[in-house]
Amino acid sequence: MSELEAKILERVTAKKASMEGVRKFFTALPFLGPFLFLIILFYLVPVILTFTMSLTSMDYALEWNFVGLKNFVRFFQDSSVKIVVLNTVKYVVYTLMINVGFGFFLAVATSYFIKNENLRLAFQTIWMLPRMTPPVVYALLWLWFLDPTEAGTLNSVLHKLFGLPAQNWILNHPMKVVIVANGLIGTSLAMVVFSAAIKSIPVDYFRAASVDGASDWDVVRHVIVPFLKWPIMFMTIWQTLSLITSYEYILLITDGGPLNRSEVLSLFSYHKAFSNYEFGYGAAISTVLVIFAVILAVVMLKVFGYDAIMMRGEIDEKRDKDHISF
Amino acid sequence: MKNGIKTTSLSRAAIYILLIILSLPILLGYLWLFSGSISDELEFGIVPKRITFENWRFLWSDITIGTKVFPNIWPITLNSLLLSGSITLLEVLISLLAGYALSRMNFPGRNFILKTTIILHAFPGVALLIALYYVLNYIGMIDKIAGVVLVKVALELPMATWMIKGFFDEISWEIEWAAYMDGCSRLQAWYKIILPQIKPGIAAVALFAFLAGWSEFIYSYTFIFSSENYTLAVFLKNLIGDFRFLDYGLLAAAGLFYMIPVIAFFLISQKSLATIKFGGIKR
Repeated sequence: MSELEAKILERVTAKKASMEGVRKFFTALPFLGPFLFLIILFYLVPVILTFTMSLTSMDYALEWNFVGLKNFVRFFQDSSVKIVVLNTVKYVVYTLMINVGFGFFLAVATSYFIKNENLRLAFQTIWMLPRMTPPVVYALLWLWFLDPTEAGTLNSVLHKLFGLPAQNWILNHPMKVVIVANGLIGTSLAMVVFSAAIKSIPVDYFRAASVDGASDWDVVRHVIVPFLKWPIMFMTIWQTLSLITSYEYILLITDGGPLNRSEVLSLFSYHKAFSNYEFGYGAAISTVLVIFAVILAVVMLKVFGYDAIMMRGEIDEKRDKDHISF
Repeated sequence: MKNGIKTTSLSRAAIYILLIILSLPILLGYLWLFSGSISDELEFGIVPKRITFENWRFLWSDITIGTKVFPNIWPITLNSLLLSGSITLLEVLISLLAGYALSRMNFPGRNFILKTTIILHAFPGVALLIALYYVLNYIGMIDKIAGVVLVKVALELPMATWMIKGFFDEISWEIEWAAYMDGCSRLQAWYKIILPQIKPGIAAVALFAFLAGWSEFIYSYTFIFSSENYTLAVFLKNLIGDFRFLDYGLLAAAGLFYMIPVIAFFLISQKSLATIKFGGIKR
């Protein structure tokens, strides 16, 4: 075979392969079409739009007046940004600590210490409640619980137990309220993930520990904790991602107030856009958050690897092997 | 050895007591929703003194405060049902199609789409709210329930598709192969042979889609301005704004009314809850 013939053959094969690829793609298109359409329209386009809008002074009229990096300059000069960023860091760190720490406690308590199946289920259900409750109702429960009058639930309980005077919790401790309220939401997620991890520990480890005369605390420290290292890391990144960008509960409970004292960056962006109608500036703040979120999401996938979750369709393996074509 | 057992039961007792004390405030809150909704005076925050149905008056009359009249709750409930129903239908249908392709078909770009799906699954769509407003306005869907439906479906799709893909992965290839031998097309095999196999999975995804739609607040609150398009979440938020400090009984009743589907869900499917809900995340 001459060199030319070989080259032609190579070309033909390559073309055949690419034709085959195109054909396969069009077979899949009816299935994927609606999915791709919505993802492009409501994820991809908004990400591009957020970046572009951040370079404009767009207001409620939604007109494109490009102003370069003015919004970002303003962001770094804005006096309230400093407070808001500080709040965001505090909010994420403390809420995470409640999420992971308390979630760990709940998981160990319900999955290891409680041996009765019904009791375990009852406690886990109670802790699932905040997460399953619609945010507006959950916020209502907090507003009622923290009612500033003497008849307020927390106030009257504290008065009866310790003789403390009534106080306005949301006004005096807005950040603490926001952190605890959000902490309880994330706790249930951590509890479920950690519980599943504890249940997947081979029973032999617990048996070996009890043969060695280990106490419960030894078991927790030397058997459970090492197994939970990865789930804890996963949970930390996952929760950071959602805490940094979500503000629904804060909006409902304190609305960032009083005077920005519980305002976080994501809510700040929301307020700029939908209270002040500064869409451009709001988008600039969102851009910062979106970049951060994307980096975090990619890091998470790199750390936890998608090789394990990336499986080719079983049917395709078989089809390729047997040279079956549909 | 005896000593060891003693520590064990002691620490176990401590754990129980701690768990009960910590769980009490949460239980208290939900108990209040019930007792507060049927009584106008409470003792210790939750024990009803006198039973009344006045708090439920929003079911048969319009709520007024000063000269302000709140819209009737029934059309709003219907809006909420429409919203969650449409979200459920679209989300299930689209994720079934896409999940099938991602699980059982091989095509160029599949790996890329899979990776993107996982990233989007972790990516909080609420960060894009401002741009979403622009998109909805551009396609003429602002201030419409349909607009909120589309946004919500799109943002939930990666999660739903990922779960559905997982269910499809479990089905053996032989079953599908038999369908092709009988002359089915891929679409026919998908509909007639594969779907019936994953009914429980579909039910789970549908349930979560419905509840997510029912609880949805931020998108309805931001993208809908006309009161005739309000959903229960927005209605309740406005009610809280006006009646907080004034009439907690009314708020408890309205909150409880809004919670009915969630409570029903809790009573029906307690056990499978934890495993299914987060199955999509942990893989």
